[in-house]
Amino acid sequence: MRDLLADEVRVGQELPPLRVDVNATLIVLGALASRDWRPMHHDKDFAVERNGLRNIFVNTPNFQAWFERYLTDWTGPKGRLGRMTFKMKKSVFPGDEMSFSGRVTGVTEDASGCRWVEVDVGVSVAGTLTTEGHAKIALPADADDNPWARRGPNWQP
Amino acid sequence: MTRSTASPPPGAADLPAAVAALIGKPQYEEQSEFPIEIGYVYNSCAATQNGNPLYWDAAVAQALTGGRIAPPTMLSVWMRPHYWAPGAPGERKALMTHFDLKELCGLPEAVVVSNEASFGEPVRMGDVLTSRQVVRSVGELKKTKLGTGRFWVIDVETHNQRGEWVGTESYSFLGYRRPEGEA
Repeated sequence: MRDLLADEVRVGQELPPLRVDVNATLIVLGALASRDWRPMHHDKDFAVERNGLRNIFVNTPNFQAWFERYLTDWTGPKGRLGRMTFKMKKSVFPGDEMSFSGRVTGVTEDASGCRWVEVDVGVSVAGTLTTEGHAKIALPADADDNPWARRGPNWQP
Repeated sequence: MTRSTASPPPGAADLPAAVAALIGKPQYEEQSEFPIEIGYVYNSCAATQNGNPLYWDAAVAQALTGGRIAPPTMLSVWMRPHYWAPGAPGERKALMTHFDLKELCGLPEAVVVSNEASFGEPVRMGDVLTSRQVVRSVGELKKTKLGTGRFWVIDVETHNQRGEWVGTESYSFLGYRRPEGEA
């Protein structure tokens, strides 16, 4: 896994797509890995009868983890997430195929010299956007730079 | 996104007094129930098929971050209580402030509307984290597609045992009551 450098990124650049087939096991794995024990993420009867949905669905904290994975697949391990916002518009169920997409909206440098890339990210199912978000991730300026070494006033996400 | 409790926005004019009193007041200071450990990091990475060597390869972690760390987005994972623990009364819930608001507002249903997080010092194996919950805003009662309800925002600010800020999660919820006649 190579490390993407800030100078290699341009506004408007598209991230490589990622497609993931969702099944009940993946949803339960994600819910339990995020210690989210709420029944609508593992109990189909509850999801249908109480929530009025067609099945269990991917939980919110797990979407954060999926977005982080999508972003660092692109940046490599030196990519350091500073900030992430996202909004769930529709639930993702077993049988869905999640299509991740991303587009660079900003490439900046802050007062401490940290190089930031801002990315709009989204997950679609069958062409319909289900979750959208925005992330700010620090990238190395060159091969010797390491955003993870930043601390205190030199890390201002 | 906040890292302090300064200048919370005022709540809506129609708020019950007990709800208005919660705005801006840090509550539920809690410690993570176990030291941060690699097993959960592996669970999270496996659940998302995340092959980032920073989380799987100790040598890469040592070189980049001075030791094993957890993915930043696991921040909220560490603060969720066990589903059951000896002597704990009933089901244990994370984000108790949210459930307090549901109760105080008389809104039995709720959904997460959006989620925002910022990440500070990396969370390291063996760390013990402390979080506190702060209600940032509670909106006026309004009709939505799901029912009549209010939008509210809760921040969870987290620090490590060295007092370093490791991150803040900000959750926006819609608490609502289903329209009359629906189960």
